[in-house]
Amino acid sequence: MSARVGVVTFPGSLDDRDAARAVYLAGGEPVALWHDDAQIHGVDAVFLPGGFSYGDALRCGAIARFSQVMDTVKAAAAQGMPVLGVCNGFQVLCESHLLPGALVRNAHLRYRNRPARLRVETTRTAWTNAFAPEAEIVLPAKHGEGRYVADEAVLDRLEGDGRVVFRYLDNPNGSMRDIAGVANEAGNVVGLMPHPEHAVEALTGPSTDGLGIVASVLAHLSEGASR
Amino acid sequence: MTSYVPVDTVGVASATPDEKQPWAELGLKDDEYQRIREILGRRPTQSELAMYSIMWSEHCSYKSSKVHLRQFGQKNPRTPRLLAGIGENAGVVAIDENIAVTFKVESHNHPSYVEPKQGAATGVGGIIRDIIAMGARPIAVMDSLRFGAIDHPDTARVLPGVVDGIGHYGNCVGLPNIGGETYFDPCYQGNPLVNALSVGVMPRSRLQSMQASGTGNVVILLGAKTGRDGIGGVSVLASATFSESGEDDARPSVQVGDPFTEKLLIEVCLELFDAQLVVGVQDLGGAGLTCALSETAAAGDGGMHVDLELVPLRAKGMEPHDILASESQERMLLIVDPAKAEEVLARAHRWGLLATAIGTVTDTGRLVVDFHGQTVVDVPPKSLADEGPVYNRPLAEPNDLGLIAVDRAETLPRPATDEEIRQTVLDMAASPNLCDKSWITEQYDSSVFGNTVLGTPHDAGVVRLDERTGVGIAISLDGNGRFARLDPYHGAQLALAEAYRNVAVTGATPIAVSDCLNFGSPEDPHVMWQFERAVTGIADGCQKLGIPVTGGNVSFYNQTGREAIHPTPVIGVLGVIEDVARRIPLGLGRTGDTIALIGTTEEELSGSEWAAVKHGHLGGVPPKVDLDHEMKLADLLSRLAETEQLAAAHDLSEGGLAQALVEAISFSGMGAQILLPEGADPFTYLFSESSGRVLVVIPRGQELAVRSACESRGLPITPLGVADANTDGLHLRDHFDLSRDEIDAAFKGRIGARLGE
Repeated sequence: MSARVGVVTFPGSLDDRDAARAVYLAGGEPVALWHDDAQIHGVDAVFLPGGFSYGDALRCGAIARFSQVMDTVKAAAAQGMPVLGVCNGFQVLCESHLLPGALVRNAHLRYRNRPARLRVETTRTAWTNAFAPEAEIVLPAKHGEGRYVADEAVLDRLEGDGRVVFRYLDNPNGSMRDIAGVANEAGNVVGLMPHPEHAVEALTGPSTDGLGIVASVLAHLSEGASR
Repeated sequence: MTSYVPVDTVGVASATPDEKQPWAELGLKDDEYQRIREILGRRPTQSELAMYSIMWSEHCSYKSSKVHLRQFGQKNPRTPRLLAGIGENAGVVAIDENIAVTFKVESHNHPSYVEPKQGAATGVGGIIRDIIAMGARPIAVMDSLRFGAIDHPDTARVLPGVVDGIGHYGNCVGLPNIGGETYFDPCYQGNPLVNALSVGVMPRSRLQSMQASGTGNVVILLGAKTGRDGIGGVSVLASATFSESGEDDARPSVQVGDPFTEKLLIEVCLELFDAQLVVGVQDLGGAGLTCALSETAAAGDGGMHVDLELVPLRAKGMEPHDILASESQERMLLIVDPAKAEEVLARAHRWGLLATAIGTVTDTGRLVVDFHGQTVVDVPPKSLADEGPVYNRPLAEPNDLGLIAVDRAETLPRPATDEEIRQTVLDMAASPNLCDKSWITEQYDSSVFGNTVLGTPHDAGVVRLDERTGVGIAISLDGNGRFARLDPYHGAQLALAEAYRNVAVTGATPIAVSDCLNFGSPEDPHVMWQFERAVTGIADGCQKLGIPVTGGNVSFYNQTGREAIHPTPVIGVLGVIEDVARRIPLGLGRTGDTIALIGTTEEELSGSEWAAVKHGHLGGVPPKVDLDHEMKLADLLSRLAETEQLAAAHDLSEGGLAQALVEAISFSGMGAQILLPEGADPFTYLFSESSGRVLVVIPRGQELAVRSACESRGLPITPLGVADANTDGLHLRDHFDLSRDEIDAAFKGRIGARLGE
């Protein structure tokens, strides 16, 4: 049986269908989750998609943090359930303190949409184990508030613990230390700004590298199941 | 109970026939005001006067354009694909037995000049709601933009604001921007053009109607609260010319957009349509409730009763005429069976969207609006929606047209040496209209939904509709104000031909048209003549091409003082492609592929980009347009796409062959070795803007097949050279070389640099 990956829809989520497609194309079973429903219906992993949840009111991701579904997601993440946040989903994870740091306005102050070249800095997370070490991948980056910032001490710790997951090769937004994505200590929670779900078919994306991220979590889950 | 402020009721109006009313200030003419009195048999109330002034404005009533737009209906080719046409919120065409597509282009010119970000944003929001109102899920947007000179200080205010507005709205509502165009010309200095197109897809069975039918059905207002924004926007802004002094501050008349609410509107409406909970639906755009109430009531079979105090407000002290005229964004009107009303409200609530029952459908034949129990409107709805004034305004050919026609660009001094031609290629590539537009398009999401197969800078946007079958659509949006200024009939047809060709170049088959007609004041007979010629050109052209005009929009009064913009018909063509995997992209294929030109290059430089950039010249007659040829070309391209016998293709338009090569080289990173045909004048061959030409890249081994496919259709094809990854940029044999770095240095980064970024 294929692993069930929940995709949360908040009001203002835009990439929920695309995340579900990515899960499906990688061989998983997407399950729709609703922001206002504390139930996550027995899913094995959770994908928080991009968009403008709650209209980016207050700050990006600030309101989603208080949604019913996030209470359950936080509890499940603490138990080791894999959770991925992409773009707005990454912002939600930072606002929820599942990941350190914050995403602020791009240094150049504009929304910018460009394919981003990334280096996979660690394969020891639930969402990157299928990549070769230091693999270079291309995913679309498109956001106005994607500049990753954190205290120097936090950044040093992230680097030291191998929790910087993706790094930009051409930093598009002024992120500190070129960071595009980070993980929690256990490596089950990962957030990144570029969009794996928009790089899953040669026909529509700049690459199919996004499939590797979902394939990673499926491998991670099947490993856990067989153990 | 709310304390009640006395208002101008129907009773008061009947009792005070001589009350002086501000009909002239509201833009009504003396005879129009008299007609309202005749229709009602009394003076109108304040609310009724506001409603008539809005619905009878140029923007809503099409009173100056109607007599000419009829041609579209008369000349439209009959096609079983057309499921809904002109007069609906947007035209609907069948793609296959299950799927239909709806698309429309609309202007938001005046608001975008006054307040560029919000003006452009609400333009996008408005066109998206037209798509929803037909029952479709919006799946993409496009925009056609025109600004004044790029280095005029005001362009640095208007352009970034417009782009920010389009980007912000489209990105937040979650629609990919799949193409469009941006041009600069001093004639648009005080009148920039912001034309937005949206396209949506639906199961054919989900097509919605705007009829308020079924006595007893509930009228529900869905979406944002109603505020003071945009009051008078229609009648004051869209139907009058900006004064030369520029003193009038129209800012409060521009609406403010909230894409988050729009996103919820999309999801709620689609849920309601799928559950078959809605009898009729209409979006609230220009003219707000006034327009939505009168149009749904007029389209239905009876009347309507509305209790206006039920409308949720976001401002205090709004009078009934304010509520009726408000252009607050992100609202829709639903007509619902009373048994289903509760479920409609519940589903809206689940998404956090406001929904309020404000009235019922009646059998009185009247649109009656009460405010706290007092009747403030009691009118026949058709008199507002359908029976507005119609003008057959005087037409007169502009006096200077003859003089302009003989002032041909073909007589202008040209670059003489190879080195001068080489420099001209670079100068042209760096010019505002031809340079790379990434600074703009990078501010738009292009890949949300994961169905964008081709976006900018390809000739047309291509979107997949169905993942199982691979069926998709291609859309292009094109206009050329200079050609239309020289000859509005043929200029409009050239725009039509270009959009048609751009769609064909991707391998899609063009099936339908939407147009946005941007002109000066209809009260100027010269402008009206241009309008009539352009409409006739489009109608004749579509008849010839066998594709119907399915809808569109007229924007008059794009002029400041006596200076009108170039007549600028912008044409959107929609095509269908059976399998998007077989689309033909922009590029140069692989090393060794043959580069060839289909079509004929003549000495046609009048109205060209070269004449504008190098001489600031506009004169002569535009290139010839040959629609028979365009049809053969489209047939050829769709065939070659099907058989996968083309590696790439690119339409030739502004800047001619030189620019097409620059774009293909810059985009692909490949080089090109080109040898011009024997006896060809290099300058003419590189810069002429002859219509009906396509640069094609033929994979090795397919040359003969492609040549014979051209010959069997009577299409001239000229081999020009080969694609070569080892050639650095453009090698024009016997003339000059241009390295890729030189090309990119000229072509890229220009917009930001010219805007001082």
